[in-house]
This record gives sequence, C-alpha cells and structure tokens, in this order.
Amino acid sequence: MSKSLNLYAGTAIGIVVLLTAAYNFADRNVADFPENARTVEALPAPIPEPEQPVQQAAAETAKGGLVAAANAADEAGDGLRFGLGREALPEEIAAWDVDVRPDGTGLPAGSGNAYDGESIFEDNCAACHGSFAEGVDNWPKLAGGMDTLDHEDPLKTVGSYWPYLSTVWDYVHRSMPFGAAQTLSDDDVYAITAYILYSNDIIDDEFELSAETWDQVEMPNAGGFIVDDREATEYSQWRTEPCMENCKESVQITMRATVLDVTPDEEGGEDHASMDAAAPAEAAAPAEAEVTEAAAAADAPAETAVAAIDPALVDAGEKVFRKCKACHQIGAGAKNRTGPHLNGVLGRAIGTVDGFNYSGTMAGMGGVWDEESMAAFLADPRGYVSGTKMAFAGLKKDDEIAAVTAYLQAASE
Amino acid sequence: MTKENTGTSRRQFLTGAAAMGAGAVVASAAKAAGPDPLITEVQEWASGLGDGVDATPYGLPIQFEDDVIRRNVEWLTADTISSINFTPIHALDGTITPQGCAFERHHSGAIELKKGDYRLMINGLVDKPLVFTYADLERFPREQHVYFCECAANTGMEWAGAQLNGAQFTHGMIHNMEYTGVPLRTLLAEAGLDAAGDFADKWVYVEGADASSNGRSIPMEKAMDDVLVAFKANGEALRKEHGYPVRLVVPGWEGNMWVKWLRRVEVMDGPVESREETSKYTDTLADGTSRKWTWVMDAKSVVTSPSPQAPIRHGHGPVVITGMAWSGHGKITRVDVSKDGGMTWETARLAKEGEDKALTRFYLDTTWNGEEWLLQSRAMDETGYVQPTKAQLREVRGLNSIYHNNCIQTWHVKPNGEAENVEVS
Repeated sequence: MSKSLNLYAGTAIGIVVLLTAAYNFADRNVADFPENARTVEALPAPIPEPEQPVQQAAAETAKGGLVAAANAADEAGDGLRFGLGREALPEEIAAWDVDVRPDGTGLPAGSGNAYDGESIFEDNCAACHGSFAEGVDNWPKLAGGMDTLDHEDPLKTVGSYWPYLSTVWDYVHRSMPFGAAQTLSDDDVYAITAYILYSNDIIDDEFELSAETWDQVEMPNAGGFIVDDREATEYSQWRTEPCMENCKESVQITMRATVLDVTPDEEGGEDHASMDAAAPAEAAAPAEAEVTEAAAAADAPAETAVAAIDPALVDAGEKVFRKCKACHQIGAGAKNRTGPHLNGVLGRAIGTVDGFNYSGTMAGMGGVWDEESMAAFLADPRGYVSGTKMAFAGLKKDDEIAAVTAYLQAASE
Repeated sequence: MTKENTGTSRRQFLTGAAAMGAGAVVASAAKAAGPDPLITEVQEWASGLGDGVDATPYGLPIQFEDDVIRRNVEWLTADTISSINFTPIHALDGTITPQGCAFERHHSGAIELKKGDYRLMINGLVDKPLVFTYADLERFPREQHVYFCECAANTGMEWAGAQLNGAQFTHGMIHNMEYTGVPLRTLLAEAGLDAAGDFADKWVYVEGADASSNGRSIPMEKAMDDVLVAFKANGEALRKEHGYPVRLVVPGWEGNMWVKWLRRVEVMDGPVESREETSKYTDTLADGTSRKWTWVMDAKSVVTSPSPQAPIRHGHGPVVITGMAWSGHGKITRVDVSKDGGMTWETARLAKEGEDKALTRFYLDTTWNGEEWLLQSRAMDETGYVQPTKAQLREVRGLNSIYHNNCIQTWHVKPNGEAENVEVS
C-alpha cells in the first residue's frame, strides 16, 4: 500500500499538477478543458508490488503516516480523472443503495410484528426454514442454539449468533426468499424479521418492529465478537525458524479419512483405468453422463406426450425451473425433497407421490396433473390449492408456464 | 553415478511393480520382454487422419482427461445453487488454474449477465456518484496480476479430524489466475474522494448483481491498495461461474470478498456488517467468542501428488513429489517437505521464485522404494511466518473455527503406492 500511495503522492504529483484536470474529456465535461494535450507520461504508473504485508501496512496506517500520504494522494488524485462514466441519478442510487447499517441507517418507512409475520413467514420462508424457523434438511436454522457457541457442535442461528439486527433485515430484504429475492414489501420484511426474533424469544409477538423501535431490540450475541487478533495470538509465535531434524520423537496416525467414508466416489478418466494398462480409458465422468442422459431425455419425448416437444421451449423451461429447483428434483435419481419429485408429474394423479407428506387439501384433491391443471396451479398456487405447502408465489407469465411445463415433460425419467 | 542410479532404479521399479499386481503389466512392457506393438505396428493415428481445424471452435480437454473436473461434496450443502465445488488440484501442475476447472462458489446460482446489461455504480462518500458501463471500464488504464483466490472455508471440513480423502476436497477451494482489470482506486478517484476525507476510518461496501448480492465491507486502505476490478482471467473473459463480465479481485484476502458480477461500490464511514461478514466468515473460538474481519489468508501449502486421488502408480525408484504453496501476506519464500510425519524435513525446490499473493509450485525430486510415508509440506512466506500444524491451530482456536484452516496436511503413502488423508500425533 505504502508504495502505491507514495507513488501518487510523489512521482505522480509533479506531472499531475501540470496537467490538472487534463482528463476531463470525452463524455463528461465537468471542468475547463485544458489546453495541454493529454500525454502518455501522465497516465498513472502501474502499481508496484507491495513491499509490505497487509498487517504491517495496517500498523503503519495506525501511526498516521500513510493516512497523510493517502490524503495527499487524494488531492493529487483530482487531476487523475478520465471523464468516463456518467453521474448516477438519485432514482438509480435509491434503487440499488438499500444497505442497512447496524444503527438502522438506511431503513425504509414501515413496520411489522411477529403475529402478522407468522403467516408471511409460513408462505415465503417455511418451506426451507421450517414453520418455527427451525430449518428443514440442510437449509439454515434461524432459531435456537442459545448458549451453544462454546459447545462441541455450536448451533449458530440469528438468535444465538448474529450480532446485529440490521443484518437480518438487510438480508431478508435483498436476498430472500431464495429464488424470488426483492419481491417482499418493506412491511413484510419487518414482519418476517419480527417473526424470526420472536422465534428466538428476543421480542414478544406484539412488538411492532420499525425504524423507531429499532434500538429496543437487543441481540443476544452482540458482544460475542472480537476483531482479528491473529497478529498477537498466532503470528508472533509462528514467525520463527522452523525445526528441520529430530522435531519429534515419534509419530502415530491418530485418524484416517477412510474410516469416515464421506468422500464422493471417483469415476472415469484415463488415470483411473491406467491401473489396468491394457484397457484404454472410456469411462465417462459423472458430469458428462448426466448431460448425456438429460439430452437423451430431451430428444425422446415422454410417451404420454401427444406432440413432439419444442427443444427451444424446453431450454427456456429449464431456466424457469431454477425457481423450482430449491425444493423439487426431476430426472434420473430424483427424490422427494422439500417438495415431491416431479418425474412423470404430467399425467400423474394429484397428490400421490409415495412417501411425500402433502397438505390435506392437496392429498384430497383428486384429479390428474395435465397441462390445464398445471397451468392453473403454477399461475396461482395458493389460489388453486388452498392450503398447499408449496411456498411459491407462482409464475406470472403464460410463456414461462408453457416453457416449464414442456421442461417437466422433457426432463421426466 | 548416473549409470549406477539407473540400475538401482530399474531393479527397484520391477520389484515394486510385481508387488502392485496390475502395475506389472506396465512393468513388463518397460522391461521389453518382446517388441512393443505400439512401436512395431503402425497405429491407426499414424496412418489415418485426425480432426480438421474447426472440429472444436472452442477447445476442451481431450476425452482421456475427462476425470479432471470440478467435483462437489453433496452432503455439505442443501442445494447446488448455494454451494461450492472443488478444483481438481491433484491433477494439475504449474500454477495457473484453467478457468474451466476452477472451483465455483455461488450463493444464489451463477447468473447470466450480458456486457451490454452491465452497470457499475460508485456512490456514497464521493464527490460525484458515477455509473460505468462495461465499455467504460475498458477505457481506463489496465493492469495484469496473478493472484490466488481461496475460500475461507478451504480445508474447513478438516478442523475436527481427517475427513475427506483427496487433495481436491481438502484443499480444492482455490484457484490462481492472471487477471486483467482496472485498479479500484482508479475508479474511486474518478468519482472523487474529497468527500471521503480521512481514509483511516473509511470503508467501501461492495456488492454483486445476483440475488445474494454477497455484500462485503472492505477497509479503504485495502481498496486503495491492490484491489482490482477485473474483467479478464487467463487472457479471456471471465466465466459465468466466476462473475462474468466483471468481478472484484481482493488479493490475499478470503474469496468471499471477491464479489462476482460486481455492481456497486459505496464509500462509507463504517462497515455494513452484512450477512457474509457476521453470520458467516467469522471464526468461533473455543470459549464461544468469534473473530471477525479475519480477511487475510495465511501461508499454506499442500502436496498434490502423491495424494489420495493421485497415488504412486509406477514402481520403485524416482518419484516427483509436488504441491503448491501460497500466502495472503506476500511471497512464498520456502517450502519444506517431510516424509515421516514431521520428524525430519527437507527443503523443496520452488519451480519459480514466489510471487506476491499467488500460487507457488514446489517439487521434491526423490526416490521411493515402497516404504510408508507420512507426507507433509510446510510453507514459509516473506514475513517469516511458518505454516502451523493442526495441533498448533487448535491450541489457539479450538475445534469450531470452520474458516481459515491453514494447517499442515498429512498423506499416508502406503507400500502399494496409495495415499490416504490422515491426522498424526
């Protein structure tokens, strides 16, 4: 760091002073156009390799030396403009600058409580995080785990681990629900956040969470973090001349990975087959095998399909299906996950996949999934099957529904 | 001396090959019991014709290398859309990781974002908030640098004990590429930093265009140092899975900060404390307190061959031990290798002098006569830091740290040439 900043402050300054604002050309005339032509020498020099490690540089910054250098560079840097880009409009900044700071800076108007949040959470979050924020399968658990951080297997949840409330609000607001980010209203985000807090016994179900009440929420693990202290606790003892001989008296194997047997199987490749030198390697790698199978399935329309399926539509449908993949599997080896597997779903009697625990409505619905019923369901899941466990808002566009339906047919095993 | 060595090697080679069963086929060919038909008979490839120039407009590895691919450990995550896979480091040499097999980590899937749809916003404590197009970025002076990108969770599954049997799985959350891009400080200067005032307590918040956005806070000091807004890797456009068209490169610091599909940089007077820098990528110690802002990746190394996925398949005699070393603090200056679990060490040969925050390849050209090895490597960087053992790390951090496990790795090489991930006393 020091090197590059020194360069700004030193070598570059002289040139820059002569050519002040020499770069305000092209798309953006923000200053008087200079009379001097822009010269090659005035381009910023490449960054030299930093001579100091970051930690050391950080220590110097603390002393103030580099800060002064940086500020000097900043002043000098005024001349290092190229006139590229354009000014960001307020509406654009408002659309993208949505981060929320620990003190609540950035929070929009609105409010919500856990009582209202329960049903919103059920509709939008529970498929992966569980009705009580306890987590489904491998999806994150959002509640519980209090006082487990010093245990052998700590459970890190919003309640037991997250130090700032702003992180919860910000993340739900910008990235959730998974596959439909930024579709929740601000009030819904407040209500979901309140429900997660309630599930962790941090607030009661009537507490109205808003920018005004923000400071009243105390996160249990707010004081549980320290800033990186490796410099003092680790580097000081490990920056030593290492031992080369007689470093220990004996060595025993204390644990073997093969005992656990959690490593994925290896397949394919010449390397593997070369143990048998007579046979050339022909085995396909798993990834390739999957592609081949999927392609084969796409080439051969399902028996029940009346007309050949349009491959372009299937491709489009595969993209749409990403919205479904978090919960549904299809194709070779598909299993029930958060949702039932979808092999052969078109033509299947509704609510009848073995081993899947349907909602009462879905189980008792009767009928068969055909293009018509599927389209109606996908357009408005909860409207078509009141009480369905499927926490998905639905597909708004008819062409998306047609595409994903084609994909469901093509990809079925 | 050369002649004598050759004789010894040949004998050892045959002994070893016989013991290895299937390997004996190779050995007998090498002994030339009869003429090798691969030499004496005209092979099809020596007579017929190969593919024409346009057979593969963009080339992929030949079919015989189809096992050299990224792999995923399914039980690690709930879904591949928010997951990680691993670089096949056991099968690579040199230092540059081909993009096609460089590990992927997504939080909301790898999105497809056209250059024409790309926008980068610089806002916050700047003199004039700006929006750049992709074309704008290509008009700033560019730089090229080779840097490693390592996920903070690399080797994380090994904290509690030897778990995954392969260098790809224990150490494959890393890649090393040559990036072309514009220094972040150039873009910040373009927006003007008078408004930022004193840099000492300023930060930039960087976020991506995907649904996760993966926002991270970076101290201004680092942002003004070597952070790069990159649009090319290894000479070509970034791959979709690595953030096409533009990603952030944060040299030496944990991979999570290398925001992909970079869409916004905000100059701020404090960190955002986003999900990725509080609930994740923080290191819990034995007493339950957790370290935050553990950005730098400390010096680390691993033997990539022999290793569980790359056993010794030739007989006794000459063998090349190789591996890679890297440090987020700067250059690798030395790598030592132990064959006896750390009782004695010998210094390996660096293929090239270490480069700043980039992978260094090391070799130990040695002989193997079927003895058991407890093979380890130990990196040193230019700060004098010596890669610690797992026991040393555990003594400071306990067992629940998850991230930043840069311990010395041990492979147990057995008499048949196979290797296993083990932990030693």
